[in-house]
Amino acid sequence: MNVERGGAWHPLVELALARLREFVREPEAVFWAFIFPILMSVTLAIAFPGGGNKPVLVAVEPGAGAERIRDALQHASGVTIRDVGTGNEARALREGDIHLLIVPTTPPTYRFDPAREESRVARLVVDDALKRAAGRTDPWAARENPVQVPGSRYVDWLIPGIVGLNIMGTSMWGIGFAIVQSRMRKLLKRLVASPMLKREYLLAQVGGRLVLLAPEAGVPLVFGVLVLGLPVRGSIAATSIVCLVGALAFGGIGLLLASRARTFEAISGLMNMTMVPMWVLSGVFFSSSNFPQAVQPLIHALPLTALVDALRNVVLDGAGLAAVSRELAVLAGWGLGGFAIALRIFRWT
Amino acid sequence: MSGVHCTNLIKRYGDLVAVDRLSFQVARGECFGLLGPNGAGKTTTIEILEGLVEPDGGEVQILGMTWRGHDRELRQRIGVQLQETQLAEKLTVEETLRLFRSFYHRGRTIDELLRLVELESKRRSWVGKLSGGQRQRLAVACALAGAPDLLFLDEPTTGLDPQSRRQLWQLLAQFRSQGGTILLTTHYMDEAETLCDRVAIVDHGKVMAEGSPRELIATLGAPRVVTHQGTLEDVFVALTGRHLRDE
Repeated sequence: MNVERGGAWHPLVELALARLREFVREPEAVFWAFIFPILMSVTLAIAFPGGGNKPVLVAVEPGAGAERIRDALQHASGVTIRDVGTGNEARALREGDIHLLIVPTTPPTYRFDPAREESRVARLVVDDALKRAAGRTDPWAARENPVQVPGSRYVDWLIPGIVGLNIMGTSMWGIGFAIVQSRMRKLLKRLVASPMLKREYLLAQVGGRLVLLAPEAGVPLVFGVLVLGLPVRGSIAATSIVCLVGALAFGGIGLLLASRARTFEAISGLMNMTMVPMWVLSGVFFSSSNFPQAVQPLIHALPLTALVDALRNVVLDGAGLAAVSRELAVLAGWGLGGFAIALRIFRWT
Repeated sequence: MSGVHCTNLIKRYGDLVAVDRLSFQVARGECFGLLGPNGAGKTTTIEILEGLVEPDGGEVQILGMTWRGHDRELRQRIGVQLQETQLAEKLTVEETLRLFRSFYHRGRTIDELLRLVELESKRRSWVGKLSGGQRQRLAVACALAGAPDLLFLDEPTTGLDPQSRRQLWQLLAQFRSQGGTILLTTHYMDEAETLCDRVAIVDHGKVMAEGSPRELIATLGAPRVVTHQGTLEDVFVALTGRHLRDE
C-alpha cells in the first residue's frame, strides 16, 4: 500500500498487473501459451519414439521376379515392405508413404527421390540386402556397437528449438495484440492523457508477460525431461537467464511491430512477416547450416537463431553463460533496439 | 488567473479546416460548455486543449502554463474523459481505478473514488459487465483520480438514461463546489443550461456565439419567443441551422 498513491502500487507495477490480469482472463491466450507447447511436445514424442532405428519403407512393383525380391527383403532387418496397390506407387513415393520403389527388372531398378534423406538410406539398405541375397560375399563383417547417447537424438535437439519458438510466439503475439487492441479502443489515448510515463507503459507490457515465461519455457522443457528423457546438462539458472533475455528481446520486437499498427490485420501481417522467416531460417526444425555460407552472418544475427543456439548450448552441452555471451548480446541488442525505436515512433492516439 | 486560455486555434486535416481561428477563455472555478452540432470541431478543440492534438496554429494556456515544457506538471493537474475510450473490459472497476490512481501524486483513495461515483457495489465487477451509466461514472472517476484543478469532459452524458445523467450532474456540481474548473462539450441544451456558467456555440470550427445561457437566450429577441419561453436550443438552432449533421 502506498499512501501517496491512494492505495495503489507504483504505476509500473499496476500497469504490469493490468497486462497480466487481462492475459490470464483471456482463455484463448492461455491455451496458446501453455497448451500449445504441450500438444507440440506430445506430437513430437509420438513422431520420435525412443530409439532412432526407423525401418525404411519400400514397395515392390508387381511383375516377374517381384516375389524373389520380396523374399529377400523379408529377412533383411530395417526394411518394411508396404503394399500400396498397383498404380499408386508414384503417389505413395511422393507423399512419403514409401521411401523407395523397387521395379523387378534384372538387375532391379530403384525409383526414389535422392533429395530425401530417408530415400537415400532406403536405397543403400535395400541394395545391400538384395546383393547379399544374390550371393555377394563380404570381405568382412564389421562389429557394430550401437549406442543410445541421450542428447544426441533429433528430438533432444528439437526441444530447445520448440522452447525458443514458444518464447518468440507468445511474447510477440501477446504484446502485439494487446497493444493494438488498446489502441483500437482508444485506451492508449486515454492513458497518455494521464501523467503515465510512456516508457513505463511499454516496459510494463514486456514485464507483465515475464511472469508467464516460467510456464511457457518450463512446460516443454519439463515435458522433454520427463517424457522424452531430454538431458538437461546446463544449470537451471543459466537456462532461465537465456529464456529471460530471449523473452525481453522478442518483447522489444513485439513493441516495435505494434508501435504503429491500427488493426489486427496489420499487426498479424507484421508478426507473420517477422516470425515465419525465422521459423525456417533459425534452425528450429533443421540445422541452419543447410543454408549457403553467404547468408550465415544474417542468420546468426536473427534473434531466434541466437535464442535457439544459446538454449541448445546451455541445455544440451552444459555451457555456461560466458560461452553464449555472443548470443545473449544479439538478443539484448534486438530487445533494447526494439524498445528504443518503439518508444520514439509509438502511435498513442 | 484563467483556467483555459486559447487564441486563434487552427487545426486542419487535409483540406478540411476542423478548427478555424477559435478563441475563448475559461475562468478558474467556472464551468464552460462547448456546444455544437456533429463535426463542428468540438472534440478537436478539446483534444488540442488536453495536449493530445498538436494545433496548426494559435496559442493554448492551461492553468497559466503551455503544454510545451509543462507537460508533466499539467497532466498531474488536469482530469480527462475522452469521448470514445473503452476501458479494459477484463479488469475490475477497482483494478481500473487503482491503475489510474497510481499515475498521480495526490488525490483520493480508491475507496473514496468508488464512493464518489457510487460504484462501491461494483468494485469487483469486470468493466465489460457494467451498464453504460456505470461505465461513464467509472470514466469520470478515472478523470477525478488525481484531484484535478481542471476537468475536461467530452460529451460526458451522451447515451445515458435520465437518472445517470442527473447523477453525473450532481457529481460535477460537487466538483465545482470545491473550486474545480470544468470544460465540457455537449449536444444537450438542458445540460448546458443546468451545468454551465458560460457556453460557446461552435460550428465549422468557429465560435458563433459566446456568453451565459441566459444572455444567449436574450439575444433571440422578442419575436421568436411568442409561443413559448425561449431556450438555449432555440439559440442553437438559430445559429447552426436546421439541416441535419450526419457524421
